Amino acid sequence: MIKITKRAELPKTQEALINAAAIIFSIVCAGLVILILGYNPIKIFHQIIVGALGTEMRIQQTIIKAIPLLITSLGIAIAFKMKFWNIGGEGQIMMGAFGASLVALNIPSTVPSVIALPAMAGAAIIFGGLWAFIPAFFKAKMGTNETIFTLMMNYISIKWVTYLQYGPWKDPVSQGFPKIANFEANAILPSLFGVHIGWIIALVLVVIVYIFMNHTKKGFEIAVVGQSLETARYAGMNINAVIITAMLVSGGLCGLAGMIQASAIERTLTRALSGGYGFTAIITTWLGRLSPPIIMFVCFAFAILIQGGAYLQIALLVPAAVADMIQGVILFFVLGSEFFLMYKVGFERKSAKKEVA
Amino acid sequence: MQSNIAIQMKNISKTFGVIKANEDVNLTVLNGEVHALLGENGAGKSTLMNMLSGIYSPDSGSIFIQGQRVRFNSPKDSIALGIGMVHQHFKLVDVLTAKENMILGQKGSFFTKGKELSTNVKEISDQYGLDINPDKKVYEMSVGEKQTLEIIKVLYRGATVLIMDEPTAVLTPQEIKKLFNIIRNMKEQGCAVVIITHKLNEVMEISDRITVLRKGKSIATVETDKVDISNLIEMMVGKKVDLAIEKKIIENKKPLMEVDGIHVINSDKKVALENISFTLSGGELLGVAGVAGSGQKELCETIAGLTHADKGRIFFEGDNIIGRTPRDIIRLGIRMGFIPEDRLGMGLVGAMDIVHNIILKDYQNQPGIFLKRAECAKKATKIVEKLDIQTPSIHSPVKKLSGGNIQKVLLGREIDSDPKVLITAYPVRGLDIGASYKIYDLLNEQKANGVGVLFIGEDLDVLIDLCDRIMVLCHGKITGIVDPSKVTKEEIGLLMTGGSIGQEADA
Repeated sequence: MIKITKRAELPKTQEALINAAAIIFSIVCAGLVILILGYNPIKIFHQIIVGALGTEMRIQQTIIKAIPLLITSLGIAIAFKMKFWNIGGEGQIMMGAFGASLVALNIPSTVPSVIALPAMAGAAIIFGGLWAFIPAFFKAKMGTNETIFTLMMNYISIKWVTYLQYGPWKDPVSQGFPKIANFEANAILPSLFGVHIGWIIALVLVVIVYIFMNHTKKGFEIAVVGQSLETARYAGMNINAVIITAMLVSGGLCGLAGMIQASAIERTLTRALSGGYGFTAIITTWLGRLSPPIIMFVCFAFAILIQGGAYLQIALLVPAAVADMIQGVILFFVLGSEFFLMYKVGFERKSAKKEVA
Repeated sequence: MQSNIAIQMKNISKTFGVIKANEDVNLTVLNGEVHALLGENGAGKSTLMNMLSGIYSPDSGSIFIQGQRVRFNSPKDSIALGIGMVHQHFKLVDVLTAKENMILGQKGSFFTKGKELSTNVKEISDQYGLDINPDKKVYEMSVGEKQTLEIIKVLYRGATVLIMDEPTAVLTPQEIKKLFNIIRNMKEQGCAVVIITHKLNEVMEISDRITVLRKGKSIATVETDKVDISNLIEMMVGKKVDLAIEKKIIENKKPLMEVDGIHVINSDKKVALENISFTLSGGELLGVAGVAGSGQKELCETIAGLTHADKGRIFFEGDNIIGRTPRDIIRLGIRMGFIPEDRLGMGLVGAMDIVHNIILKDYQNQPGIFLKRAECAKKATKIVEKLDIQTPSIHSPVKKLSGGNIQKVLLGREIDSDPKVLITAYPVRGLDIGASYKIYDLLNEQKANGVGVLFIGEDLDVLIDLCDRIMVLCHGKITGIVDPSKVTKEEIGLLMTGGSIGQEADA
């Protein structure tokens, strides 16, 4: 007979221990699956690391993967802090990229980068923010379910960009190939140390979002609304305004990630631009416990998995899905460990044992 | 004698982390007796009873039921041995009928046998003198009826030992009388009844023996007719406590707030408040009595600007405040502290520390976009010291504090802002004697400073002792504003159920 009782309080060290155990279990478990698939798990893990960090160029590639993931995660963290389950990062990235492209494709190539890039970023933030504003507005006014709403908005945005790519924005000089015209040089993010400057933006944002969430009045209001709507109401907060502002910021950050991808990676707008970062960011945000500095490390670790997974495919002809699976297993175990943080599990021999006194 | 013992708990200990909730506790309850379990909040009463009902299991010690040693692994085991618990917050499904609620979670056939069940219910009702309509839906029931249903539910499951947690907290004086008759009936039928309560005069009235717990230890078990209230308090608190509630009359009171003809329709489109008019003066403590859900919450929220009034005006210092935002009303100096049943839901954020909970009402007046924690930390330290709040530090989450300390944080915050009007709903809800008196003192202090205090209370004895006037609400209407020195508790009880004192006098 298994017996489950609620834990009273857990010391920090034990909490860390359970978390560490979860990660170890997830690696072991992922290893078992790899073994079943007929590969040597140790070799696979080794190759993931080699593929992600083995050479300077690979490290650069890993960082490039980490940048959109990190910025999107920061955006999602703000929404999650409010217990607003924004799973529309994917769509907000797309709409941000769309906003940036709208600027990039319509300004003359003579406009200097110092004007073009901020204008693109501004447009991206506004479009991403507005895309998140729509579900926030309906949640605030009508109490709609934000999870379904933000999810559905993803598909709309992807179809919208697909339509542009195959229709009105199709590049006339691409000889019928469905692609949007490449950006001019003034709309491309410059590089520093071999990686586009998105990494600097991401690091600055970690600091800004940390300060925003922990040291500003708005951040405080977001946290209170997330904890208790009634309390927020009793404290005289305008809850609808808090929800809408938070989502504008959340969506705006995701939109900025879209601009960076469009400008520095794709150098145009494509329907595959969001690349699943909006969904992976949900995992990293959660694993990072909504804390920007932790999220930064988690995102880098996930970027290693993404980059390493891509390398596996090329070097060992192992499907990159193996890396996806490892991500899933890690999330499963870490979320599962929450149960052990809250409850104690013990064993009892019999139920209702009666003894004669 | 041996066979007469219903429950014996011997040397029970239970720790949660570093907290010793129970330490070597002994409790013996006889068949056919009403046994009161007394103790301040955090004394370990609930922990002890949770072990008896199988929710927790003791770390050490043994439990004997009717002479047999038992170990419970779940509440099911305890129910099987005839122990039934009536919780303070009813565990009923609103949309189901009385009898449907009774068979919930019970083993039995797939189909419910309606008729047979009704007969069973009737048998139990007759046996114990309970009065219930088995086909009535729970949401149509009064609080008293719901409690009766809880009791029948437990008896239907074959309980011979009944544990009641704060059973009178939500009842009117008339309903309490009924409940006590039921308890006496059960006692005559040979049941053992354990009753947990804070109200000492009720303990004196209903119980045969009393066990007092203090700081997790059992202090003594005494026979009720051999002690008086002051003995009991001394045992509970560990020292002598002055029981008199002070009431100072402030002369030359000036009207501060005038409520004029307020109508409120709540979210269910029902009339929550109807034609409410009264005046609150500075230096006055105006009590509000009424059965739970008579419009108290709506009244508080309307004054605080949180609920929209469909009609009527509220004048504060000459201006109509209806239509102002809650933020404006807070700035005007009208402060409200509402203690909901879970103590945390409104007013405080459980996961945040004392500092952040104090910032909650202050931050909006801070200039700039950043939170200024330093001042609030000072304020938090001051409040903690002044109100003697027991907390490891000002940075521990408030949900980790005991109920009394949580309430002190809330009240301390509202008082600290130098309010002109203080609305306080159920500030002593669930508090022990020491903490309650501390809160009464604080309210009196505010009154002496010229604050108009609106006190929404549960315990009529306290309302009578503490307040300058008492306004009685029933179904959202004022049924009377009385001078507490001129009415009895029973008369207020009548007003609470919609009667009038005049009728009483005629009868």
